[in-house]
Amino acid sequence: MSENYRNNFLREVEDKVEEGHWVKMCMQCGVCAGSCPFGPHWAHPPQEIFMMIRAGKREEVLTSDSMWMCTSCYQCIVRCPRKLPITHIMHGLANYAYRLGLSPKKQPTQQFASMFWNNLAQAGRVNELKLSLGMYFKDGFSQGIKNAMAMQSVGLGMVKAKRLNPMELFAPHGVKDKSGFHAMLKKAREIEDRRKNLA
Amino acid sequence: MAKKTFSFYPGCSSQSKASSSNYLTSTHSMCKLLDIELKEIPDWNCCGASIGYAEGGELPRITLSARNLALSEKNNPGMDVVATCAACWLSTREAKERLDHSTQMKADANEALKEAGLAYEGKQNARHMAEVLVEDFGFDELKKGVKNPLQGIKFAGYVGCQTNRPFGIAGESFENPMYLDRLVEAMGGEAVTYDQKVTCCGGALAFSEPEKSQKQIKDIIESAYDHGAEMIVTPCPLCQANVEIYQGEVNKRYGTKFNIPVTYYSQLITVAYGGTAKEAALDGQIIRATRLEEIAKK
Repeated sequence: MSENYRNNFLREVEDKVEEGHWVKMCMQCGVCAGSCPFGPHWAHPPQEIFMMIRAGKREEVLTSDSMWMCTSCYQCIVRCPRKLPITHIMHGLANYAYRLGLSPKKQPTQQFASMFWNNLAQAGRVNELKLSLGMYFKDGFSQGIKNAMAMQSVGLGMVKAKRLNPMELFAPHGVKDKSGFHAMLKKAREIEDRRKNLA
Repeated sequence: MAKKTFSFYPGCSSQSKASSSNYLTSTHSMCKLLDIELKEIPDWNCCGASIGYAEGGELPRITLSARNLALSEKNNPGMDVVATCAACWLSTREAKERLDHSTQMKADANEALKEAGLAYEGKQNARHMAEVLVEDFGFDELKKGVKNPLQGIKFAGYVGCQTNRPFGIAGESFENPMYLDRLVEAMGGEAVTYDQKVTCCGGALAFSEPEKSQKQIKDIIESAYDHGAEMIVTPCPLCQANVEIYQGEVNKRYGTKFNIPVTYYSQLITVAYGGTAKEAALDGQIIRATRLEEIAKK
């Protein structure tokens, strides 16, 4: 009978995180860390995250705001000598931490990402006006007004160039088959939760 | 050349009065001039972009693209899917790879799609419009249709991230792709050599991490100016928006005086092929591309 010596957290990541089975393949060269556009802002660059997973540092990894610094530029993926899908692993870790309620509170990219998904899930297509306003007003009404005022010239320029429509609040773009679309997403979520034991 | 027909996935940002509506207008003009017919995928949905992962997770995100592909297979059979948005193309192609390489992923996505009365088979390729231009036409062929060459204009070809990585255009290097420069030259313009061609603009994090993203944007524009460019051209709607609309913010933050137009390749081709400023949607620029307006057919 074969024994299993790998630590629990590595196994957890392999089972539950998107592309998590690749983590063991990292050879710690650090090219991902050096290639990341937001590299200096990551408390732990991908290379370190991979080592921490293998060292069983569950809480430090999942509560970190590092993964939320990923801009999805795919630089790390194309440069990784062992072809780890690093971008997807970072997204997967961020999603997993968020589902467990461990991701840092008020992390702006996490808030924006949730808003973005909920926005598209509602109508099937993104409502850019609601998304921008949602982002400005996420920290309350008065901060929202301040944010909106600060960005006023950007917004007006967009409206003038016909690239932002104030009417989008009332008559938004969207898919026609909303019920089918919603049922599809609900089912996809159910299946994913069942497969990853997340429900 | 014979007429080409594609199943078209325009994407959210290109819709009427959305942030890249000028991309769509100029794409339609360009395609008319190149004899390309675009059959829009009926009732397409958002691809989830690069930020949908956090709330969406893996299967729901991939199912979004599976729905578009299934709709395309059903309504536009026998064609390649073509997207103009970098994120739309990337998400669709990525989803297709996962679906075609995992029987379980495909079965799961199809179980979800059944709720919408659809099924994904995997019959069509997902391509970017830039691939169509480079691979199906080629620079020599594209050159033939030029009526009003973009002579004397110096462009910084800003390829950015997602049209370039992880897939990119076949045969191009990730670190220094040349196709956009060649396209500029085919239209009679001059492509400057500069070091920020594939630098990330911050992407969706321009919203959530404005300070960090504006540093990226500053580096890109600074390098374009320093190497003599008068205009930036890009194949990506988020690159376009971020690099154009935040110039005022960057100027405030860094004391710079940036005011450089950021255009799409589809606008360059439309103008060079004899289209008007309106057909090229130059009225959609926040920073006017006056040199292109001068060349455009009156």
